[in-house]
Amino acid sequence: MSILVNKDSKVVVQGITGSEGQFHAGQMLEYGTNIVAGVTPGKGGQKTLDDSVPVFNSVEDAVEITSADTSIIFVPPPFAAEAVMEASFAGIKVVVCITEGIPVHDMVKVKRVINQNGTRMIGPNCPGIITVDECKLGIMPGFICKKGNIGVISKSGTLTYEAIDQCVNAGLGQTTAIGIGGDPIIGTTMKDCLELFEADPKTEGVVIIGEIGGQMEIEAARWAKDNMSKPIVGFIAGQTAPPGRRMGHAGAIVSGGDDTAEAKIRILKECSIHVADSVADIGSLMKAAMENK
Amino acid sequence: MKIHEYQGKNLFRKHAISTPDGIPAFSVEQALDAYNQLNCGTVVVKAQIHAGGRGKGGGVKLAHNRDEVKALAKEMLGMTLITHQTGPGGKEVQRILIESGANIDKEFYAAITLDRGREMDVFMVSTEGGVEIEKVAAETPEKIIKVWINPLLGMKSFQARKLAYGLNLTDSAFKEATATFMKMYACYQATDASLVEINPLVLTEEGHILALDSKFNFDDNALYRQKDIAEMRDLSEEDPMEVEAGRYYLNYIKLDGNVGCMVNGAGLAMATMDIIKLAGGEPANFLDVGGTASAETVKNGFRIILSDENVKAVLINIFGGIVRCDRVANGVVQAVKELGLEVPVVVRLQGTNAEEARTILRESGVSIIPAVSMKDAAEKVVKAALGE
Repeated sequence: MSILVNKDSKVVVQGITGSEGQFHAGQMLEYGTNIVAGVTPGKGGQKTLDDSVPVFNSVEDAVEITSADTSIIFVPPPFAAEAVMEASFAGIKVVVCITEGIPVHDMVKVKRVINQNGTRMIGPNCPGIITVDECKLGIMPGFICKKGNIGVISKSGTLTYEAIDQCVNAGLGQTTAIGIGGDPIIGTTMKDCLELFEADPKTEGVVIIGEIGGQMEIEAARWAKDNMSKPIVGFIAGQTAPPGRRMGHAGAIVSGGDDTAEAKIRILKECSIHVADSVADIGSLMKAAMENK
Repeated sequence: MKIHEYQGKNLFRKHAISTPDGIPAFSVEQALDAYNQLNCGTVVVKAQIHAGGRGKGGGVKLAHNRDEVKALAKEMLGMTLITHQTGPGGKEVQRILIESGANIDKEFYAAITLDRGREMDVFMVSTEGGVEIEKVAAETPEKIIKVWINPLLGMKSFQARKLAYGLNLTDSAFKEATATFMKMYACYQATDASLVEINPLVLTEEGHILALDSKFNFDDNALYRQKDIAEMRDLSEEDPMEVEAGRYYLNYIKLDGNVGCMVNGAGLAMATMDIIKLAGGEPANFLDVGGTASAETVKNGFRIILSDENVKAVLINIFGGIVRCDRVANGVVQAVKELGLEVPVVVRLQGTNAEEARTILRESGVSIIPAVSMKDAAEKVVKAALGE
């Protein structure tokens, strides 16, 4: 078991003929992801990736011919918001948007549309999602993961890899790892992911990796306190970040109050989450939590 | 991105939001010319810096005649203005705004920004204008009236009326206020702003609604389609090293410590700063080199980090995913050789081809201190910075 995506997910890659799309679609195929279609307007009818994947002019066409139910988006920022809406209106159930740099004014509209249509979006500005040994939808290095029973949720890319690597070194594999993205508006929140992991019988523990800015970690922690039966290890990056500065992720900006690292760490601890004070302790803490549960 | 008050007021004029007549000046002569042109007796002389709290810091003053304008312009241009938002170093005033005075009856607060929790824009007004709104929000939150705007529908006139009723306005002032709020939202939308704030928005003794201040933040991600806004950027308001880093597509923020760091990914970069602090050191910067970490990127990263004289040691922390560690290692070796670095460099490479990368570093002949885990790397770089 896993959450959101698995070996049966039928994947369409939006922006498959661009350089990013080509490269990562190839990597995903190699991992075993079931890519059934690509979309690039104007290039419908071609085949790509050694003639193995048909290209369509629209997501609607791809869905009609291939029954694709999952999409991953590599199109440039000016067109990415519309790409999500196109997938949503074509009936795609899960959309992963890798694109970084989409204007916030576009994203607030996208979020309304996908909520109304019942589409699940992951990202934007994220490394994607991986269900180990089944389906990789994103840009993360698949080989660092091992199949196991830990779920991973993170706002960051490389910091997620670090956490996965530490868990593997501690003898803990993963069910699914999700990079939810660091933008102010994202499709799937930390709390959403916790709910999914709680309901997944194969997942027995969860790592959550947050950072300064926003209220998402707090919302997740408060929900977990009342609803989560599985142990959670948490880490919050940005304890040394100065207030008022944007640290790479558009959302990683401290404006005072509850969104500092200190406040989040305090609230996570209050909600019985095992908080790693040092990033180096994530793996060992998860191991200890699994042994003591 | 931020802009100056006078630039914000030009945007207001473009959207037919009433604001006093005013002219920016970069010199005393220009200030006097501006005063002549305005031809209105009393004017306000306002320091233009990218920070709030200017009034309390002495950056907003009244002038009643030509001599007073001259004296104030002399005083303000070139002065270092320190407010609660500038930090202890303050900011040098290079531009001032000469603006005709207004007869104020009441002062209000009005702002639009994103409510991340509700995932919608929120429009806020308050009768408690002219003061620190954070204080009002904390102590008397009921004095802030809010409406949330459905992004698919845009702002509706009943919402503008709710705001104007909240300010206890009547008759023509009520009508002017609702029109002003609708135009504010249009301006916010048209410019891809992430914040539009007017504090104070005033009711004049003559019964008109007037924006006496303007504060804008813009979404950097949208600047590609906001050429006019992008042109207003004042680089002198930003840290020169951060501007330089931006030219190399590096994300750099200078801090006060002595341990430089270069990391791929924003989250890992923040976590690296944190673990340096836990190991007893102080990070000198945030630097995210992005996904590629090529020799060129690493070289530019070194240049930026080492232009800060406080830096006594550098930690490179790269988690190789799609980017292979052996390639990063070659880049680091090449950069260290070419730049002839004198500070100790600790390198931690993990992920794809990490073993090969360590061999490359070990056999390179350049003096690099290798590290395996993040903890190991942080402890080594902090020691190195202390000269141990």
